[in-house]
Amino acid sequence: MSGQLTNPLTFQELLFRLQTFWASRGCVLQQPYDVEVGAGTMAPETFLRVLGPRRYRVGYAQPSRRPADGRYGENPNRLFKHTQFQLIMKPPPADIQELYLESLTAIGIDLRRHDLKFEEDNWESPTLGAWGIGWQVMLDGLEITQFTYFQQCGGIDLDPITAEITYGLERIAAFLQDVESIYDIVWMRDPVTGAEVRYGDIRLEEELQFSVYNFEYADVSHLWEHLRLYETECQSLIDGARVLENSKDRMKIGRYPLLAAFDLCLKCSHLFNLLDARGAISVTERVGVIARIRALAVGVARAYTNQQTAAGKE
Amino acid sequence: MPDFLLEIGLEEIPARMILAAQQELATRVEMLLREARLLEDSALIRSYSTPRRLAVRVTDVITLQPDIEEEMVGPSWKIAWQQESFSPAAAAFARKAGVSVSQLRKVITPKGEYVGATVLRKGESAQAILMAGLTSCIGGLYWPKNMYWRAGKPERFVRPVRWLVALLDEEVIPFSFAGYTAANLSYGHRILHGPEAVTLANASAYEDRLKSAFVLVSPEERRHGIRKALDRVTRTVGGARWREDEELVETVVHLTEWPTVLLGTFETEYLSLPQEVLVTVMRDHQKYFALEDSNGELFPHFLTVLNTEVDAEGQSIIRHGNERVLRSRFKDAQFFWNADQKSMLTERVEMLRNVTFQKDLGSYHWKTEQNLTIAETVSKILADRGKVFDKSALLQAVLLAKTDLTAELVKEFTELQGIVGGLYARTQGLGETVAQAIYSQYMPASMEDAIPMTIEAQILGLVDRIQTIASMFSIGNIPSGSRDPFALRRAGNAIIRILAESQMPLRLEELIAAAGQAQDHVAPFLRERLSFYLRETRQFSYDVIAAVLATGDGDIPDICARCEALTTVRGSANFMAVAAAYKRIRNILDQAKESGMDWSSEEKALLREPEEIALTEAVSRLSAESDVLRQKRAYQQALESIAGIAPEVDAFFTKIMVMTTERPLRAARLQLIETLLSSISGIADFSEIVIA
Repeated sequence: MSGQLTNPLTFQELLFRLQTFWASRGCVLQQPYDVEVGAGTMAPETFLRVLGPRRYRVGYAQPSRRPADGRYGENPNRLFKHTQFQLIMKPPPADIQELYLESLTAIGIDLRRHDLKFEEDNWESPTLGAWGIGWQVMLDGLEITQFTYFQQCGGIDLDPITAEITYGLERIAAFLQDVESIYDIVWMRDPVTGAEVRYGDIRLEEELQFSVYNFEYADVSHLWEHLRLYETECQSLIDGARVLENSKDRMKIGRYPLLAAFDLCLKCSHLFNLLDARGAISVTERVGVIARIRALAVGVARAYTNQQTAAGKE
Repeated sequence: MPDFLLEIGLEEIPARMILAAQQELATRVEMLLREARLLEDSALIRSYSTPRRLAVRVTDVITLQPDIEEEMVGPSWKIAWQQESFSPAAAAFARKAGVSVSQLRKVITPKGEYVGATVLRKGESAQAILMAGLTSCIGGLYWPKNMYWRAGKPERFVRPVRWLVALLDEEVIPFSFAGYTAANLSYGHRILHGPEAVTLANASAYEDRLKSAFVLVSPEERRHGIRKALDRVTRTVGGARWREDEELVETVVHLTEWPTVLLGTFETEYLSLPQEVLVTVMRDHQKYFALEDSNGELFPHFLTVLNTEVDAEGQSIIRHGNERVLRSRFKDAQFFWNADQKSMLTERVEMLRNVTFQKDLGSYHWKTEQNLTIAETVSKILADRGKVFDKSALLQAVLLAKTDLTAELVKEFTELQGIVGGLYARTQGLGETVAQAIYSQYMPASMEDAIPMTIEAQILGLVDRIQTIASMFSIGNIPSGSRDPFALRRAGNAIIRILAESQMPLRLEELIAAAGQAQDHVAPFLRERLSFYLRETRQFSYDVIAAVLATGDGDIPDICARCEALTTVRGSANFMAVAAAYKRIRNILDQAKESGMDWSSEEKALLREPEEIALTEAVSRLSAESDVLRQKRAYQQALESIAGIAPEVDAFFTKIMVMTTERPLRAARLQLIETLLSSISGIADFSEIVIA
């Protein structure tokens, strides 16, 4: 197509470029978190790191699972599991928007030949007790990034504020490669033979089978049961942390497994999403279940903040 | 006289907030300068904004406040002047006032004699005043939603501040806010100019200098430019015009610093989708303008307003990108539209059992049943009054009104609820009356929006809203203060508008009663909405509204007509005289009643004075006349004829003593004024009218 790069980045090159760019700006590069999450924000590298006063900069790709968005691999624009490149800057540097624009240049977008707008879009997650102020970044009418200044997380007012930049990798890759379907994205190109591996080659089966499971097979009564078990265990860890709060024993406080409690909370969130996809949660129940998960997220966030302070880490 | 320039540089401000903030900043700067007497009469205040900045430029600022002489008053003369000389207290006052003792003198005030002095206050420089005042000028700006961004959270603002400019001609006023100190460096367009600073040599160069950095700082200029560019690009499509959309123009004005317009195209196959869907996708989701022919039919084109200026290659890239996004959105809409046709609206009624209306009340299926009952009652009242409408179509529309909530297309584009139901009803052959009613059930959506065109749609709109209000009230969801989470006030306003503007022969009370068991709070709530409508939409004054609402419960058009007439007539001297007499008569009758008098059976023949006879005749003439006029709802004439008896009323009260000690005569007179009162009542309670 006229004007696009003759050799646009493959899906994996896109990720490399973003990682390289942000690493050179002083960010830790992390691997995706290996518990199911609905968004990169829920991974502990964001959810827990934004709490408390410690500076942190990290970038990671995060596969994000949203069972209800599954389309059996039939819809060219919707996925059960998509990939976010998640970037956290705490506190945000004054030139963060300029850095972001440079990152676009780094992935081959010549801004002199595109239309870029920052349009108001505030972010809120009732299940995480989190919200922020920011924009959706529109490139030629396409939302390519969500840019958020976190104000609250786990019900806790944040200081310092963290800036979160979330790139939708499939969207950006489809845009750069000018393909109509996500499944046509070139994931990699053999440097010797030029042979291409497409997104669909790697992921189509997964989209299909997980759509089938999420919508048809997932056992609703078991899901409720799993939710209850994970919730109980998470809650008892939160309760245990509260008992420890009066302790003077830094070591004992420091080794208390709140990170594990957070994993359990993430499990609950994913189970909720599965139940939702199964159509098992009525509108009436919905609010109640969200409140239960929120209570866990808020409980962990609070306990974790206290732990960091008490263990003398902050 | 120097120019003053203030610019606040920000990360992108939400478009919807910019204009108000621009105006408020200008007002605040003007107030600061005006209160400090730093504005020449010739001073002009110009304000600017782009997504990344708010600015104010003021011409003819006075650099130095003029010195002023001020009279200071000290202790009383008795204390200040003792034994033929100024006392130590007077000397202390002189020191405080900054004058020598010899400059003190006696001043005489209404409170007595004091020592006084004329003090010269040195004027402060504009520099100093601005330095001291600008921080709070900015800090106090109102934003609908604020954020923190700096460590320690020292300030909240709409978005992070990134630079400040404050110049008095070429001189920097280095005030600070949000961690920045003002300088003479601004920034141009992110891409077209790049990240380097733009030096402003002086305040008056602001507009031109920024223009050279690809920023049009004046929103008027951008608005004008965008409209002209939309026109120009539209002319490349034969027979087309862009669909006027002031709100969208406003949005793109505040999303751009250097706007240009680009034409895009979509596949004609999508024109088979209803234009409501196409326009919603283009307008609400993509901020594109639609192109239409003179009949309002869409062209397969759109206009997008860019925040940049690009070469031909750039244009083709950007066009291609936008077309790609729009195509995938249309494809989705088309997919949902087709998928939705698999279940007819009539089959969807059952599905409403799974859609919650309100968790403590029930599903939309429950609501639909309630709506049907109310619709039956209202239909009967209207039919009895000879109103012609298609009852079976109405009931069909009520039954199906909410079924589109189960449609995929509405789940995707929630703003199209109702509209989608109406379109599906038409496609599924349910008849135009049913389709129209479902389609326009949510009108009026705002104060400006029109009410539905057809009577069936109007009735559906009334029924649906009164059901919502009554049921929400029944579980205690009553709006209070700024809390109105279910937008019940808006629903109430819509009920009043429909009743007022449709001329439907249905009284508010009847509609409320149709909604079932009497709801104590519903009637006062809707009466308050009625007052609000009369006040805000119809612009009647408070006392006119109170006077009319205190009398008779006509339907709303009747109430409006009486307000109208009263507003026209109230200014005349005759009317004022009658209104004053009205109060007087009421007082006399109240007193008489209180003291146990009875005047019901007295003979008119007892009345002999000429003023009594004249008034008796005037009243009987008036009673006959105004009854007829009231019947015809010719309220202005009725009020004029009431005002016409002012001379007789006046003469009567001047000459005649009603409460005479002669009992039969007193009773006859009381009877006369009571008849008078009843013949001038019925349109409004004149005692509510404020007499100027």
